[in-house]
Amino acid sequence: MAAAEELAFHEFEEATNLLTETPDAVTTIRSDQLASREHVSVVVGSSVSYGAEELQEEGDKTALLQEEKPQPGFWTFDYYQSFFDVDTAQVLDRIKGSLLPRPGHNFVQHHLRNRPDLYGPFWICATLAFVLAVTGNLTLVLAQRQDPSIHYSPQFHKVTVAGITIYCYAWLVPLALWGFLRWRQGMREHMGPYSFLQTVCVYGYSLFIFIPTVVLWLIPVQWLQWLFGALALTLSAAGLVFTLWPVVQEDTRPVATALLSTVVLLHALLALGCKMYFFQPLPLQHVVPASQGTSLSPNNQLLLTPTWSIATS
Amino acid sequence: MAEAEESPGDRETASPRPLFAGLSDISISEDTPVEGEITIPMRSRAREFDSSTLNESVRNTIMRDLKAVGKKFMHVLYPRKSNALLRDWDLWGPLILCVSLALMLQKSSVDGEPGGGPQFAEVFVIIWFGAVTITINSKLLGGNISFFQSLCVLGYCILPLTAAMLICRLVLLAGPGPINFMIRLFVVVVMFAWSVIASTAFLADSQPPNRKALAVYPVFLFYFVISWLILTFTP
Repeated sequence: MAAAEELAFHEFEEATNLLTETPDAVTTIRSDQLASREHVSVVVGSSVSYGAEELQEEGDKTALLQEEKPQPGFWTFDYYQSFFDVDTAQVLDRIKGSLLPRPGHNFVQHHLRNRPDLYGPFWICATLAFVLAVTGNLTLVLAQRQDPSIHYSPQFHKVTVAGITIYCYAWLVPLALWGFLRWRQGMREHMGPYSFLQTVCVYGYSLFIFIPTVVLWLIPVQWLQWLFGALALTLSAAGLVFTLWPVVQEDTRPVATALLSTVVLLHALLALGCKMYFFQPLPLQHVVPASQGTSLSPNNQLLLTPTWSIATS
Repeated sequence: MAEAEESPGDRETASPRPLFAGLSDISISEDTPVEGEITIPMRSRAREFDSSTLNESVRNTIMRDLKAVGKKFMHVLYPRKSNALLRDWDLWGPLILCVSLALMLQKSSVDGEPGGGPQFAEVFVIIWFGAVTITINSKLLGGNISFFQSLCVLGYCILPLTAAMLICRLVLLAGPGPINFMIRLFVVVVMFAWSVIASTAFLADSQPPNRKALAVYPVFLFYFVISWLILTFTP
């Protein structure tokens, strides 16, 4: 029928228009789903000119069914499986995107594309916690090599501390941020706030840069450690700021600056806290007896002389 | 009545089909009850099996389970693409390995200092919760392996690391030193690689091909943490 062929041609245009208008649409590769959506859109949008009222009712019904596809309840396994629907290539692409932030390059829009995953944040946090504990222990081993009077111990409690700190940061801070952004939702016209999962994703992937930084902190040169720390912090915080900027820029000036500076400050506190706690230059209680020995390397001597002078003054 | 009508018909069609020739002759009077015994040979054999395991000596039962565990140890030591670990899974082996590893990781002296080695409960929790987390992760990624099969594989593949712990403890009896440390490092690295390869051989096939790396990485992290615990052990 000529009407059907005309219908087929218009279907395609209407479908692309609908997809551009609704940025919330999930970009899946399921062509049959797209086809049915096209069909639904045309039937509902156009007038009832081909005289099938039941066809329009059917279209309405299918439109309703399409939008209200029953979400599996949060007690079912399938609900959580939808958050792990990523491939290796996608995870690697998201990690690369977090390593190289660019202004205007929104992590959520470009990399997440409305398919946030929980795999990245969870395993990046786990890796970071274990790497922190392991490298912190390794610095103690290296310090003991240079100064045999330091007592070495495996320090297993640091694993627990690292794990709790990283996981609390990566899940509670996004919760607070998401809550705050939703509260200020009224001030925004263009962009809706990010969902909780997207915020968790952004924070989780932004922590990835700290993993190689922590490994590089093994090098016992102090200024190099601070340099690496500052570099990682700027990259990570820049990623967060560039992602949050489109959401926050429509808010009032003071609120926007306060929010962004709080985010950067919390991130800096995390990095500083990790450096101080896990990578102490030397255990302080062994400073006084160790300074009396003559078998000190120049590094340790530089660190020890100020504290020794304070102790003797 | 239907039979009476059918019988002439049957007789007529009896010649092309001699098989059913005598069917019309069979008739069961109402006096004889239809009864009998139906015996299924399978069921009786199963009953014999059950009663035999119930009556067998305790030594036989234990030896059978130990042999199953030992067979799986062999599969782990020489990893091939076989389904033996997956088909008949059991958790005895992982329990034995986990308990022996946790016992060996205990420090002999109690110093009371804050930074000590892991306690028994900590090692236990790391191994079992680590295995459960990896299993849940691989199931969420779409793998088609069952929960206990995955736990069984991950637990059995700790065997090389337990052997490394034993060797480390023996080497540490000789006294500390750099050569000592090199030997221990070499042994732990080799056993770590063996564990990862063995578990990957069993687990990798259950994942869709574009997500294999995502499912294998947590296994790598798990065995890395256990290897770290073994390497940093000081008596």
